[in-house]
Amino acid sequence: MSTDNEKNYLENGKGFSSWFFTTDHKRLGVMYLCGIGTFFIIAAIASVLLRAEHLSPGRTIVDAHTYNVLFTLHGSMMVFLFIVPGVAATFGNFLIPLMIGARDVIFPKLNLYSFWIYCLGAVIFLFALAAPADTGWTFYTPYSIESGTNVILITLGIFVLGFSSILTGINFIVTIHKLRAPGMTWDRLPLFCWAAYSTSILQVLATPVVAITLVLLIGERYWGLGFFDPAKGGDPVLFQHFFWFYSHPAVYIMILPAMGIISEIIPVFSRKPIFGYKSIAYSSLAIALISFLVWGHHMFTSGQSKLINIIFSAITFAVAIPTAIKVFNWLWTMYKGSIELSAAMLYALAFIFLFTIGGLTGLHLGALASTIHLHDTYFVVAHMHYVMIGGTLFGLFAALHFWYPKMWGKMFDEFRAKIAFVFIFIGFNVTFFPQFIMGTLGMPRRYYNYDPEFTIFHQISTAGTWLMALGFIFMLYNFFRPISKTAEANPYKSKSLEWSIPSPPPTLNFDEIPTVTESTYAYGNKIERET
Amino acid sequence: MTWLPPSASTFAPNVDFVLMLITVISVISCVLISFLLIYFVIKYRRKTDDDPTPAITHDSFLETLWTIIPTILCIVIFLYGYVYYDEYTTTPKNAYEINVTGQSWIWTFDYSNGKKTLNELYVPINQPIRLVMQSKDVLHSFFVPAFRVKQDVVGGRYTFINFTATQEGVFKIYCTEYCGTGHSDMGGKVHVLSKDKYAAWQSDSGSKIVNASADIPLDQVGAELRNSKGCVVCHNIDGAAGGTGPTWKGLFGKKRNFEDGSSTIADENYLRESIEYPTEKMVKGYQPLMPAYKGLLADYEITAIIEYIKTLK
Repeated sequence: MSTDNEKNYLENGKGFSSWFFTTDHKRLGVMYLCGIGTFFIIAAIASVLLRAEHLSPGRTIVDAHTYNVLFTLHGSMMVFLFIVPGVAATFGNFLIPLMIGARDVIFPKLNLYSFWIYCLGAVIFLFALAAPADTGWTFYTPYSIESGTNVILITLGIFVLGFSSILTGINFIVTIHKLRAPGMTWDRLPLFCWAAYSTSILQVLATPVVAITLVLLIGERYWGLGFFDPAKGGDPVLFQHFFWFYSHPAVYIMILPAMGIISEIIPVFSRKPIFGYKSIAYSSLAIALISFLVWGHHMFTSGQSKLINIIFSAITFAVAIPTAIKVFNWLWTMYKGSIELSAAMLYALAFIFLFTIGGLTGLHLGALASTIHLHDTYFVVAHMHYVMIGGTLFGLFAALHFWYPKMWGKMFDEFRAKIAFVFIFIGFNVTFFPQFIMGTLGMPRRYYNYDPEFTIFHQISTAGTWLMALGFIFMLYNFFRPISKTAEANPYKSKSLEWSIPSPPPTLNFDEIPTVTESTYAYGNKIERET
Repeated sequence: MTWLPPSASTFAPNVDFVLMLITVISVISCVLISFLLIYFVIKYRRKTDDDPTPAITHDSFLETLWTIIPTILCIVIFLYGYVYYDEYTTTPKNAYEINVTGQSWIWTFDYSNGKKTLNELYVPINQPIRLVMQSKDVLHSFFVPAFRVKQDVVGGRYTFINFTATQEGVFKIYCTEYCGTGHSDMGGKVHVLSKDKYAAWQSDSGSKIVNASADIPLDQVGAELRNSKGCVVCHNIDGAAGGTGPTWKGLFGKKRNFEDGSSTIADENYLRESIEYPTEKMVKGYQPLMPAYKGLLADYEITAIIEYIKTLK
């Protein structure tokens, strides 16, 4: 055992096959990171083109159909290839066994198969780009039935990707149940694991529904079955119910792991125990459960009944409360702490600020009277990006900086990282804040052409994307230019188990399975421990 | 700078009140959270690598407080949203009904006296209106920002909008459910008229354009109609390829090749037939997407459009 464990996981085998056939959870995490990183860059380029098109009303650089294809590509790639696997598959894989004191996930081969399925889904998705779909990432019927584009292939790709998600979810659930080191009780478990656990439940329970829905859609296009086409006695609104029954929980598949990351980073850089451990852990579970019951708030103007609208509005407000509790808990963790503003901490604090704005604007969209006006306008676009970029993406960036020494065994330049942060943070707000105003004024989303009175808002928004792009490029440059080729085992004095082993971790993680005696967050002085 | 569109219906002030209420609560919360965040970062910044920190793990009072306050605020916001929504969705007894049909990419409005308009909705002021809406094809959504009303139109069922306009004028209609290439050009206008003007409009049997433009050349009327009747969505006038419908540039007098192999020269009668029954003769390479304009345009309007096409050489 100890001879195998002399090499770190990055050096243990070279060449393509040593990676592509590995069952090492850390290598799989790194490969997912490469996968989602690639698709993030492609989808981000699509968004820069989309925004450039809006520099002037009417045609600026592309025609209407190309514009529709670009926003479909941007949305579907960001959602299904980047953000859903996103944090869970990359950092979930890399961190869960390290955090709970295990040598790997419980089903390492299944983990590898999940990755292969992800690759297969991605390849099918890319083949669909021969005649890229123009339906929007939501594939609303009947348009998705009638569109002359490659809807079947892209939905087939997403169908396949779903299995990767389900299998990863099962793997994490069983791993967290069965492989915790001695003493790693549920109330000592790192909050990232709680978040990943809640996410996995959502993945296992919700993903089959979207898979079935997409199969029905394929059947409708290919064999002319009439589930959703009103001309054949079907119901187009039924598709929306099915679709959002998955896609609303999917929002939490995207955001919960990022919340877990924030719960890890803030205590470390504040040198304080996380405030309200139990309420954060349970609010993750509460959010996961309630998220199954709010899908109808995507459909307030769809023609569903008034009573249903009222019920969905009420439950939507119920999900706001555990979310608010988390924000206050993070905030109070810093109270009387010893706060270091590292790049990772900056991203975590930006997460709190931006996620707060994203969450609060959710109130505008949850209240029935105001959502009638705001539905399907740029207000929704801005709200959703504040949650998905300001939340998930900033969480992912925080993680990339925070675990950089552990993952790569190198140190990056903090100063350059902070410059990149400033560009991304300012660029993000310049891009999306004007969209709240535009949306309130009535600018509909998914519009190729727009009325001249919105020009100034669109131009500011477009300029913001350039700032953000510069920041992203500089951040990447910084990642590829480490300033030190070695990293300490625990540069932040963290108490979490992944920092108790060398950076990068040995292939088998722990020479001996550790015995846990205190909470992951046992920072600070006058503590009553049961040593 | 204003952040709300004009407020022109009885529902609009209610929506604005709810928007304002939530925005005030949001701004206060956001300022409070940001202030604490920045204050903590400055006050408790790390001075030495082994600053003593207290091991505070929880505080039942604080946690109860920040559970109860958001809960109360959420209930208040929900109730305001619900009450005004209930009022909006309840149809007044004396409501005047207008049938609305959405199709890619035009709106048609049918009035009780047999009048029919395209992309231009005419309503009297201070009169409760009920729109009975349906779609002929894919989903669309009827949105009038000035009235703060929005509702998807769906094939195979009816959906409804209630509103009472409170301000005379012309207001924008947008389609807000993605419906394909012409989505962003699928729009129109609501004309809110005084009761007298509305009565006059209703009894006027001819087209409004005819009277309004007695001394405007016919081809200019046609150019105006191209925008207001939705032709602009699919037919360009600069000859660019790849449009949803054939370009109008150089169309008149050109040979048209049809899907069934036959062909003809585009003259006045061909253009008239193509406007009234567009799917009768499909030009090669185009989809049968255009709605039949028979009954939607007055004879005079068809003539004006043909005259306009003639000028596009």
